[in-house]
Amino acid sequence: MVISVDLLINAIVAGLLLGGFYAAVTAGVSISFGMLDIVNIAHPAFIILGSYIAYIVNISFGIDPIIVSVVALPAFYALGALVYQVYYLSFEKRGQESLRGLAFFFGLLFITEVSLILVFGVDYRYVEAAYIGPSIHLGLIDMPLRMLVPCLVALAMFGLLELFVTRTFLGRAIMAVSQDQLALQLMAADPIKIKRIAFGISIATASIAGALLIIIQPVEPSVGREYIGRVFAICVLGGLGSMPGTLIAALILGVVESLTSTFYGPSWAPAVSFGFLLLTLAFRPAGLLGR
Amino acid sequence: MNGLKFSAIAIGVGLVVMAFAAWLGLDYFYFAGYTILQYIVLATAWNILGGYCGYVNFGSAAFFAMGAYSSVALHKFDGEIDTWFPDNIAPLLHAIFPLPIPILILFGGIVSGIAGLGMGYLTLRLRGSFFAIATLALAVVLQTLVVNWDFVGGSRGAYIIRPETIVIAGFEINYIIYLFVLMLILAVIALTTARAIERSQLGFGFATIRDDELAAEASGVPTLRLKLIATTLSGAFMGMAGAPFPYYIGYLQPASAFSLDYAVNSIAMPMIGGTTSWIGPLVGSVLLGSLQQIATVTISSAVNLLIVGILLVTFVIIAPNGLVGLTQEHWRKRRRP
Repeated sequence: MVISVDLLINAIVAGLLLGGFYAAVTAGVSISFGMLDIVNIAHPAFIILGSYIAYIVNISFGIDPIIVSVVALPAFYALGALVYQVYYLSFEKRGQESLRGLAFFFGLLFITEVSLILVFGVDYRYVEAAYIGPSIHLGLIDMPLRMLVPCLVALAMFGLLELFVTRTFLGRAIMAVSQDQLALQLMAADPIKIKRIAFGISIATASIAGALLIIIQPVEPSVGREYIGRVFAICVLGGLGSMPGTLIAALILGVVESLTSTFYGPSWAPAVSFGFLLLTLAFRPAGLLGR
Repeated sequence: MNGLKFSAIAIGVGLVVMAFAAWLGLDYFYFAGYTILQYIVLATAWNILGGYCGYVNFGSAAFFAMGAYSSVALHKFDGEIDTWFPDNIAPLLHAIFPLPIPILILFGGIVSGIAGLGMGYLTLRLRGSFFAIATLALAVVLQTLVVNWDFVGGSRGAYIIRPETIVIAGFEINYIIYLFVLMLILAVIALTTARAIERSQLGFGFATIRDDELAAEASGVPTLRLKLIATTLSGAFMGMAGAPFPYYIGYLQPASAFSLDYAVNSIAMPMIGGTTSWIGPLVGSVLLGSLQQIATVTISSAVNLLIVGILLVTFVIIAPNGLVGLTQEHWRKRRRP
């Protein structure tokens, strides 16, 4: 097979753009799973919820989906805090988080997804915005704005999160809770409160990620399932809880997936992320930048 | 009550169910009953690994689908005999093929059992939630392979025409009744196996893994061997449940065979019934299975998944030990007022 250079370059660029978006999708799980050790497999469902909220407001009032998602942040934060409170009281407190906690989130995934199906049906929905459609041409490279804008927003969000986690007091407290909960307690801080805040933030990222998702592709309720694997693959590959690692892993996965769908056909793309995940879990569970 | 007595009683119950079905004389009963029995097998299989050993398997659908697709592959193989083999071998193969469904069930069990063994080796490095995520990954990788495997229909799916009737020992039996009986037998075998495990040394070994794997290993429990037994058995039963499925449904496509519905059901049913004994998955799957059949007929099939989700979440929060746990607690309270 002759690989044409511009096809290759475009596939890599598209992969990097996609990877930036994947970073936004994974940011939440990186916090909840990576730092708090909460296996929130329902995270993609919350992302789809974000997509639908962006969709409704966009269709009814014509407001830009990204603005909608930023406005919706507090609501998602509150939802996350609530979910954590239920999770804490029912599982963490009783020390049953492993088996039943997993089942809890699995159930939550289905409830969210099926509720969306019951309300909106299984039709694909999409949003309208000025930047969906046109693209920028730089020599050989084609960059659709539909991909570029989500990627930039994702990177901005990711950067802010990284700054928050490493520079602010609260962010450092979240890092501390992920390292040693008991020590934090000895410093007279309430680990439960900090975890609640952190989980709230992790769900809040789903609002933005959801809006970006529906800009990139039409969405129907079960699309989220495809992201379960991607999100955990990136999170594990990046080294749990390491934000820079997550970003690198997201970009790698984006590029590999893009190359796979360009050269082997899109039907093989889902196997890439899960294959990655299986290989990482089997050979280097600590991830790229893991401790 | 020993194993023999138990299986005798289980077969007795099965016969009563059969008699009831014959008395109703409704074909629909067999269709609905088949689904419920299939869930009994799936839930029991899941519980062997999930309930007894404490390893959560999100990939039930993959094992189920592997069983189903092994049947499809054998069915397709039957159709290709004349083109693939020379004239002197073909008649010989035609005498064997098409294989009867019990053989297909066995075959599906072997295929999924081998996959289960492979999954068992994953437990060497992966514990807890990592294992659960890896099983989910396994399911998607397998689904992608099947989608890209044209021989079994790829993403277009495969049709299998179900015969109207089958002749066994001179009697002409409606095919759906035949499938129903096979699944009934399979359910009895699965339950008997689960119960036997529970009361054997194997079951105690499993329980030590569930409670504290490190301590178990330190005390000389051969944890790896036990885990491999559990994953293989669990996978094999799921495959066996899936093998007759193409004949039941008539048209199999990857999205329906690998549907997460099987994964969520095979987790929800034991969780709702109770994971510590064989009764739990049985109670859970009969209750939830019937409820879903009723919801599918009266409301819609989307609602029945919602019901499963809500019940699952409610039960893990309120009744961590399921219905069986609730009744046990109730009896304990009555005994000591």
